Amino acid sequence: MDSQMLDGNAVAGMLQEVFAVEMTNAIETCRGCGASDALGATHVYRGAGTVLVCPHCDNPLVKIVRGDTRMWIGFPGLAMLQLPVV
Amino acid sequence: MHATALLGQTWKLSDVVEIVAETPRAKTIWFDIPDWPGHRAGQHVDVRLTAENGYQAERSYSIASAPNGTRIALTVARVEDGDVSPFLCDDLRPGDRIELRGPLGGYFAWEPDQGGPLFLVADGSGVAPLMAMIRLRAATQSETDACLLLSSRSWADIIYREELERLSGDGLTVVHTLTPSQPPGWTGYERSVDAQMLAAVGPPPAARPRAYISGPTPFVELVANALVELGHSPDRIRTEHFGPTGG
Repeated sequence: MDSQMLDGNAVAGMLQEVFAVEMTNAIETCRGCGASDALGATHVYRGAGTVLVCPHCDNPLVKIVRGDTRMWIGFPGLAMLQLPVV
Repeated sequence: MHATALLGQTWKLSDVVEIVAETPRAKTIWFDIPDWPGHRAGQHVDVRLTAENGYQAERSYSIASAPNGTRIALTVARVEDGDVSPFLCDDLRPGDRIELRGPLGGYFAWEPDQGGPLFLVADGSGVAPLMAMIRLRAATQSETDACLLLSSRSWADIIYREELERLSGDGLTVVHTLTPSQPPGWTGYERSVDAQMLAAVGPPPAARPRAYISGPTPFVELVANALVELGHSPDRIRTEHFGPTGG
């Protein structure tokens, strides 16, 4: 465990910019270990970009890099994302 | 796009209406936001500050107030070498405006109809989102039993101490641990939160409490792991990590 670690709640604002809905209650399924968790429960590290990792196996799920006019978002370790629909 | 889906996405200059010193290191900043859509206890906002040279710093702060009209309260602990909290604690004045977006999140939220019992565990200013739950519980006269275990550096550093005293009883139990400093005659806990303390203070695993843990990352990880080892169900445990200090 790294004391710099945050969780998915910390990136709620950024995720909401991308997806336009509340995302911390969305359920992700990890491609590495198959576990499913709310995005709010994922572990988050920030450096030049932001990485969401699986809280069980540390597999990187989502990578986000933000520039001034553009955002790059990759899903290297995500098998599935479940969102509520209205 | 449905209008409600966009709530919380945009930065809004928000009016500071009142600032209250909670402890020597923490202040509560009240904002009045005319088109505030309302929030759930446990949600947060992002704060963005822009320097004259264009440098921007963003931080997340939990909302400490119960949902009530257009006013929201953020409690900010001053981090000595932080980019944002020294400005918020030392320089901000009523009448100033800063950029906020929110309410954000939903994973670390509690509604009275979710019930409990609640086991709330916090370190320092991590108590802010849990205070929103305690205030909402009181405002709605919820009969959900709640227990707050709060770790503070000293008696003077206990945030919301008097209000917590007032709200205690009627199903709310508040237990403090003070470390490293205790006042003369202190008979309560004087060590870091550990499994033994969690077992002694909180509801037993058989009561299936909803646990909300908030504070610096090492504290939150320690408490969450200890609760699981004590037999609490991981799916009843919600965590909010502030990072090393909270920034």
